[in-house]
Amino acid sequence: MKVDRRSFLAFGVGGAAGTALSPLPWKLTDDLSIWSQRWPWVPIPKDGEIRYETSTCTLCPGGCGIAVRMIGERPVKIEGRKDHPVNQGGVCLRGAAGLQYLYGPSRVRTPLKRVGKRGQGQWARISWEAALSELAGKLKALRNDGHPEGLACITGKDRGTVAALLKRFMTAFGTPNYFGPATSTHALETAVRTMTGQEGPVGFDLEHSDLVLSFGSGLLDGWGSPVRVFKAVSHRIERHAEVIQVDSRMSNTAARADRWIAINPGTEGVLALGMAHVIIAKSLYNQQFINQFAAGFDAFKKIVMADFTPDAVAGITGAAPGVIAELAEKFSQAKRPVALCGRGRGMVPGALSESMAVVALNALVGGINQDGGLRLLPDPAYISWPEPVMDPVALKGNQAPRLDGAGDHPVFSPATPNRFFDQLRENAARTPAILMVAEANPLYTLRDTQAVEKTLKQIPYLVSFSSFMDETARQADLILPNHMFLERFEDVPSPAGFSRPFIGLSRPVVAASYNTRHIGDTLIDLARRLKGSIAAAFRWTNYETCLKETLGRKWDGMLKNGYWMNTAASPVSWNTLFKTRSGRFEFNGEDMAAPPWKSIHVAAAGDSSAFPLVFVPYDSIRLASGSVGNAPFMTKTVPDTVLIKEEIVVEINRETAGRYHLAEGKKATLATPRGQVTVRVHLSDRIMPGLVAMPTGLGHTAYDDFLAGKGVNVNQLIGPAKDPLSGYDAAWGIRAKITKA
Amino acid sequence: MSHSSDPVSPEGNESPAATSDTESKDGAVIILFFIIGLAASMVVGWVVFPTLLYSKKYQPVSFNHTLHVKEVENGCQSCHFLRKDGTFSGIPTLNSCKSCHESVQGETEEEARFVSQYVDRNREVPWLIYSRQPDCVFFSHAAHIVTAKMDCVTCHGHIGESDRSPVYEVNRITGYSRNIWGKSIAGIKHNSWDRMKMDDCSACHVRENVRQTSVQTEKGGCFVCHK
Ligand code: SF4
Repeated sequence: MKVDRRSFLAFGVGGAAGTALSPLPWKLTDDLSIWSQRWPWVPIPKDGEIRYETSTCTLCPGGCGIAVRMIGERPVKIEGRKDHPVNQGGVCLRGAAGLQYLYGPSRVRTPLKRVGKRGQGQWARISWEAALSELAGKLKALRNDGHPEGLACITGKDRGTVAALLKRFMTAFGTPNYFGPATSTHALETAVRTMTGQEGPVGFDLEHSDLVLSFGSGLLDGWGSPVRVFKAVSHRIERHAEVIQVDSRMSNTAARADRWIAINPGTEGVLALGMAHVIIAKSLYNQQFINQFAAGFDAFKKIVMADFTPDAVAGITGAAPGVIAELAEKFSQAKRPVALCGRGRGMVPGALSESMAVVALNALVGGINQDGGLRLLPDPAYISWPEPVMDPVALKGNQAPRLDGAGDHPVFSPATPNRFFDQLRENAARTPAILMVAEANPLYTLRDTQAVEKTLKQIPYLVSFSSFMDETARQADLILPNHMFLERFEDVPSPAGFSRPFIGLSRPVVAASYNTRHIGDTLIDLARRLKGSIAAAFRWTNYETCLKETLGRKWDGMLKNGYWMNTAASPVSWNTLFKTRSGRFEFNGEDMAAPPWKSIHVAAAGDSSAFPLVFVPYDSIRLASGSVGNAPFMTKTVPDTVLIKEEIVVEINRETAGRYHLAEGKKATLATPRGQVTVRVHLSDRIMPGLVAMPTGLGHTAYDDFLAGKGVNVNQLIGPAKDPLSGYDAAWGIRAKITKA
Repeated sequence: MSHSSDPVSPEGNESPAATSDTESKDGAVIILFFIIGLAASMVVGWVVFPTLLYSKKYQPVSFNHTLHVKEVENGCQSCHFLRKDGTFSGIPTLNSCKSCHESVQGETEEEARFVSQYVDRNREVPWLIYSRQPDCVFFSHAAHIVTAKMDCVTCHGHIGESDRSPVYEVNRITGYSRNIWGKSIAGIKHNSWDRMKMDDCSACHVRENVRQTSVQTEKGGCFVCHK
């Protein structure tokens, strides 16, 4: 038998025929197509019984009630609680992406001690015991030297029991250097305090207002309690209410408002006083309120009539005198008007007089504690612990001057982290020995990033409580990671701008994923290690018992409902509302050396010949600009007019771009007195000529690959401007120049 | 090309007898090889391939359905039920098992092992699911057992009458159970539960004249099961 090529071919043909007659090719094709649907990176959600755990979101000051969809012990989705008074079923993009913070790669998973150089990212994983005994040792040494004031603390939250525990720790330890955040909410509360004598949260009754006049507040860009505000704005159609947005660029809010009034940036307060001028001149104000319940009206009137004529205001703001008059008439003739302040998301306090001008405008139309107006809420004041007893060391330490210079004005002594860094720059000798940072990321959120970084590096020992490897944590010597919000208990009082007394409860929906600890427990443990009067001030067994005890009778209801709300409280009437010495509403504030209106117009820093343009940061709901950056899903929604791959896009008016020969999408160099970066430009008709706008929330250098290295942090380009009246950061922009790259 | 293999003598003289003889022999050889090729590939396709394609796995605990069905009051639904929200419970979790098996009940070795390894350690049993469909399929038990009033056997066969867990054959390429394609590699089915591929779903949907559009989206065709 001769086996030649023909036989071989025959074998092949037979094989092919046989294969075709067997199921192999058909089955294999089918299997391969199924195989191609099972790539290992395609997420397949777990199957199982669905249940919901409720909690409160603490990713922003919104205080939304959330229902976390669980399968087994695994949370798979965050939804808004339909039965929650704040957000009524909604969540924002960030809340919806909240689980990515829980499982994301930037979590700090165990206490870490720095081993390499600062900021190099070389860490030794250590036990809680080792970490706490190291920190307790350093703290004891400070007190043994008689300088407990060498301990400072920056925190991103100043309400609720966690903040109160931190503050208590500092007091019992013997240091006044506790720095809470300073936002537009704080500026507004300071304004309200000096004008009404009321301490406590300030709300806006947006749901019942028929005219919402927003002075640059990003109602759809994350202002206040974002979901609640979204709902109020979108339901205005049914209520026949109107939203008027005053803004220097067509923000999302301006685009969806009923009317957009374009003005020069930073002149919102001036416009408010211009409107006050018209209202007073035409006697459109609430006579009863002014005659019976107000003080200082004559002085206010005098200044407003003299310095804020429509023509003068038009010159500053760019709004036509006719528009100012029309706006004033409309506002005073509305049934339930309300004026809002706080630019964008309200992260920057702004000048105190700006907030005061808006409160004064509300007062002129009698819109205080009325339906649809500005509401002064009683402080829920549920944290009533006995004052900590201080030992002699602590007593002496607490006498030391504060490192941020707060308290140097009899009325306004807000603590601001910006000023803390400013003061250290001016006087390095006052550098604290230890800085603790809790729920804050000053290295990202404070203005003039480069300067803050330099100053921070001078501080010998930096302790971070961050749940994430953020910019500040990366510079730390020791990280004591806190649980993230889905893993911990916490009270969340007074959602920003909410119009009722309210305390939300955040509670663990999952067991801690990593070797982290509640910051409250860490503080209680530390206090115990420091013994004596400090330990005595922290007698609670753990944070949970502390919270439970503090909330007292409210606790059970809060566990059940997830919140406490005082529905019975109706707004206090004007007769008894004002706690000023005069018992009236003080138009110019109490204890002011002079009426505050001179400082209302804050100019952009920088020389206008070298920097002919003006740089303005803007906020967007798609970008988290606080201490915790974007979750990956959020960045996916950012359009290419904001970010192209890793490059930031700035918005610039077509005409201005033409002057500098800039074309759409082209690279340019943007410089301000504080820094210089490369950007791409987006030409737009939605922004005034002469401005360059950049989104906040990008340009992280820490976190993970999903966030780091994308875009530019606006704080690199802008410095703080100290409001002479309050010390708050009043900068809304800075001068800039742009050149073709 | 054919030249080189023609039986031509070097001189160019052809020998007729020799030619026909060689031709018939060559033909036979070719046919033989064809048959060998055919047979070998058939063996590969029908026997070797299925053996290689599936690997055998055993359930962590061999489960006796017959025994359990006798003990429980409510038949299959005692353990496999529709939850309040309309989703199907599937294979019970350890918690359901625990309501009876907190401690050992009977005398079987399997049960003793189940209690010591899973109940005592509070570990879920990693059951292998014979009927697991790809994730892209939205299958609703409620639609089938409540609306269409189908019984379990139609799709799952007589598993409820088994006294031990069958071997779980997993497709090495797709990762799914052999029960989906069916025991017969040729895809031949005798019973409704023999195969559960997409065509089987749609054949039944067409035959029973069920709604041919998605309830949620009103889209037709694929969208009934693929959302
Ligand atoms: S608005 Fe704020 S509180 Fe509400 S879901 Fe979003 S991040 Fe959370």
